[in-house]
Amino acid sequence: MGFTQRHLLGLEGVPADEITTMLDTAASFKEISERDIKKVPTLRGKTVINLFYETSTRTRTSFEIAAKRLSADTINISAASSSVSKGETLADTARNLEAMRPDAIVVRHPSSGACHLLARHVSCPILNAGDGCHEHPTQALLDLLTIRERHPKIAGLTVAIVGDVLHSRVARSNLHALRTLGATVRLVGPPTLVPRELAAFGAELHHNLADGVRDADVVMMLRIQRERQGANFFPTLDEYSHYFCLTEDAVRLAKPHVIILHPGPLNRGLEIASTVADGPYSVIMDQVTNGVAVRMALLYLLVARSKAEDASAGEAEPALEPLRRRTGGRA
Amino acid sequence: MTANGRQVMDALAIQRALVRIAHEILERNKGTEELALIGIRSRGVHLAERIRKAIGEIEGGVPPPFGVVDITLYRDDLDRGLESPVVQGTDIPFPVDGRRILLIDDVLFTGRTVRAAMDALVDFGRPQWIQLAVLVDRGHRELPIRADYVGKNLPTSRREQVQVRLAEADGVDEVVIES
Repeated sequence: MGFTQRHLLGLEGVPADEITTMLDTAASFKEISERDIKKVPTLRGKTVINLFYETSTRTRTSFEIAAKRLSADTINISAASSSVSKGETLADTARNLEAMRPDAIVVRHPSSGACHLLARHVSCPILNAGDGCHEHPTQALLDLLTIRERHPKIAGLTVAIVGDVLHSRVARSNLHALRTLGATVRLVGPPTLVPRELAAFGAELHHNLADGVRDADVVMMLRIQRERQGANFFPTLDEYSHYFCLTEDAVRLAKPHVIILHPGPLNRGLEIASTVADGPYSVIMDQVTNGVAVRMALLYLLVARSKAEDASAGEAEPALEPLRRRTGGRA
Repeated sequence: MTANGRQVMDALAIQRALVRIAHEILERNKGTEELALIGIRSRGVHLAERIRKAIGEIEGGVPPPFGVVDITLYRDDLDRGLESPVVQGTDIPFPVDGRRILLIDDVLFTGRTVRAAMDALVDFGRPQWIQLAVLVDRGHRELPIRADYVGKNLPTSRREQVQVRLAEADGVDEVVIES
């Protein structure tokens, strides 16, 4: 049971045993949210900054609740109300935040790789809450935890990821982690929204919904990201819905024990029928509940450990500290 | 493993100590009313199960409820150079309010584990009281904590290590001092 990550920037290249450690830790944190007093003192006195350059309700709230249930102090910064709107660069924002000594920074940014850039400029752990079309690791981890609760062995499962794969960081993080854990991953959608390059990461590509979900153990729907649709990837929303909306008929093609996931927010009637989203196969609300546990686990693994590293790295220094303070006091 | 160690309790000695503790618990509390056992992960859990079984055999009827507390999230040494310890989770399947809680661990040393366990417990409610049972008390307390029931008092030096091995986890029942 090792955990060597310093940041959580993505799941690409993270070994299976470390993903399992994250999931096991998250599973044990679920119980805290069921208590009357939903708080443990683990990160007391620690500061977590939520730096959100894109709007978010679910993820930001989930991270904030997770930090608070571990007794950390949280600060929310959104791009609209910050000096970003005054033209400050990301690196300068990072340096300034660093100077206030936070213990972790949670970042969501519209540009792929923004979290990697930040990680080079600050010394505290960075948690990626979604960067552009790149990765959204905590979402994939909560998806994995939700899948694992229904299908304990992820290796050997067939997971169909359906929809706007091109713009989806959720799909990429899930693809990497699911392949690492030994699942079969199908990416399903119109050719314009399913990049052929992803086959190189071990995905099967399907352009027909029925083929994609047939005999699947898990169907993961993606949101059609209308705000990212600069060019026309499909003729009309109606046409997209006609071919790729997950209806009850489509669900019947999957295995009888299939579960349906969706990262939210839902476009009801566009990518998923309401009868499916609210139906017996849907585990969408479990995903939201598990999100808090996953984020608590990651804050614990990254922040509690970074405290440990600071303590052992600074062992020679504390002896000097009181001396300096004393002379300072006399002067 | 016992090459540089000295065995101070064998399986029979452990069994006798636990049965005696079970009797003492029943005598002091005049039965099992409102009593609940909580083991501290990981060895304390096995000891709590055994004491619970012994109480059931002595008293008959339904043995007292049983829970598990993981103190990892309440430790005061998370920043002392340890790897993030694995969190295995707390499981207390009954309301703590008004209960007489018997906290059970293998070794009582500095008292910091017990402090953390009590902090965890009171987050679940307000017990009537909490008592402490340990298999071994090795001294060197750093907090004002003492055990109500002790299997064996074991004078040790600070540098020595006391290993409690239990069949459920280690395949053998013994207590060993290693220097």
